[in-house]
Amino acid sequence: MNKEIIFTLRSPYRENMDVVGYRFGSGERSAAIVGSFRGNEIQQMYVCSQLVKILRRLEETGQIVKGKEIMVIPCVNYYSMNIGKRFWPMDNTDINRMFPGYDMGETTQRIADGVFARLQGYEYGIQLASFYQPGNFLGHVKMMETGFTDKELMKKFGLRYGIVREPRPYDTTTLNYNWQIWETKAFSVYSGSTDRIDENAARESIDAILRFLNGTGIITRKVRPGYLTSIIPESNVAQIHTETAGIFVSMTETGREAAENDVIGKIVDPFDGETLSLIRTRFSGIVFFEYDSPLINEHTVVFKIIRE
Amino acid sequence: MVKTIAQASLGVHEKLMIRKNTIRNGSSKQRLSIVTGIHGDELEGQYLAYLIGSRLREKIEYLNGTVDIYPAMNPLGIDSITRGIPLFDIDMNRIFPGSEEGTMPEALAASVINDLKGSDICIDVHSSNIFLMEIPQIRISVPTAEVLVPYAKMLNVDFIWVHESATVLESTLAHTLNSMGTKTLVVEMGVGMRITKEYCFQVFDGVFNLMKNIGMWSGETVPVREPVISLNRSVGFVNSDAAGIFVPCAKFGDHVEKGQLIGQVLDPLNGSPAADIKAVCSGMIFTLREYPVVYGGSLLARILMSESEEKCHE
Repeated sequence: MNKEIIFTLRSPYRENMDVVGYRFGSGERSAAIVGSFRGNEIQQMYVCSQLVKILRRLEETGQIVKGKEIMVIPCVNYYSMNIGKRFWPMDNTDINRMFPGYDMGETTQRIADGVFARLQGYEYGIQLASFYQPGNFLGHVKMMETGFTDKELMKKFGLRYGIVREPRPYDTTTLNYNWQIWETKAFSVYSGSTDRIDENAARESIDAILRFLNGTGIITRKVRPGYLTSIIPESNVAQIHTETAGIFVSMTETGREAAENDVIGKIVDPFDGETLSLIRTRFSGIVFFEYDSPLINEHTVVFKIIRE
Repeated sequence: MVKTIAQASLGVHEKLMIRKNTIRNGSSKQRLSIVTGIHGDELEGQYLAYLIGSRLREKIEYLNGTVDIYPAMNPLGIDSITRGIPLFDIDMNRIFPGSEEGTMPEALAASVINDLKGSDICIDVHSSNIFLMEIPQIRISVPTAEVLVPYAKMLNVDFIWVHESATVLESTLAHTLNSMGTKTLVVEMGVGMRITKEYCFQVFDGVFNLMKNIGMWSGETVPVREPVISLNRSVGFVNSDAAGIFVPCAKFGDHVEKGQLIGQVLDPLNGSPAADIKAVCSGMIFTLREYPVVYGGSLLARILMSESEEKCHE
């Protein structure tokens, strides 16, 4: 294992921020794995840290295929993490909206440029991604439809679902999108939670990534079989919005089946405790996302259901 | 008449409401919309909205048409000194056109677009951010320049920046409305979290001049200035390579020569300069950093390259 500093940034009064990468094996750039860009992506950093530990042992026991190189960057933005901010400490910009970056540009453009320069040329790119809404979701893998997308590759992760997303304008400055434009086959792996560690979800993501590396001939470690992945367009994931605001009480959990018109949650008045509304499914399917904050606003996506 | 154009209940006993004031007189169907407060930390538009509303209230007889004033597109942000939409940490100007089926911010954005479309002209007033001071200017993407520059020239700004379009900017209010055929001009002036009265009065004069030119205003106006237009001219970006405290020595609007010192980045701990900051080209400084703390990469100034230097480059 080689530990290398991918990019260094000076600040007026803090220690330098070093973006650290761990390189395993040598030869052709086979897979790059990136953890957190945002200060609340603790689970994403944790998954990468566990992968570093496992890959170090695989390298020591000769289970990384000769001529293959893997790079893992657990955390791009610990400056924000250490002060409890989600985005960049100074200007609140999101590094994952700055790709491909610009070496003469603003601070977060320079970070993106420094990281992207090192991440180019890999055959596969895996980013541990998060949702911007607070909540729990089923682990899954996502690809953006850019015209270069080989969706069948998602099956090698063995996660229950592989989702294909039509990019929106704001997606064009993400790592995933730019990786694909620069001919890296890019995947976003969503690992259950964001700002707290969910050990089971982390284990599922780690197994999925190892399964993928094994299935693509980069490592030779046996991994227990996964799911027969269903590849679905993002439009098949139905959103349920709240019609009122108040205290949210969930009556289901991610992964459970729900029949049409089932009550899966309710909203309670925060002052008098009366039930203001019942949340019902409009379709039968699997609960894919569940909001998990006690207070909820009107018109908030409270559940997502994968339609059967 | 004040009307709520979008609303959503919040968790505890409160509604988020986006409101507009419709001021109407005469028989004309023309409609001008003044929009501001998409970014909660940009307040120059607050004073401009007040000035326009106040003048129209006092001199309503000179108005022929409808002026809609939307002072607070992001009311939670303005009330909490937050640039994005609080709770969601989302830049509202990156989610247009929104979606009625989307999350709360997207649904609000969709309602906003629904209400604004059909305006003859929309003016979206920004004030850069808390870091940068901007000379009163209008920003227009190249594909819309032919249609928009004539109107921009009426608005009494110092500068019209015609810039390349970027895909990510397709999520802005201005792009969305322009692509629907609603002519939308983006004004940038001053600095975040402050009101620069001089600039507000300047653009205020421009708004009434524009209204007069399109036949919506028959009251008094003042002559407007001829703006510098960036068409076929480059913009030089001065970014810091050092971290520290930026102290400028050039002033805003100054004409500088390439290589001229425009400021220093200082290291207060050691009492030494960390970097001399020099102009990357000759021309006019139209953006200058206001907030002193900088990292490597922080934008310090933008310079509109002078025509003579541009010719040298050719």
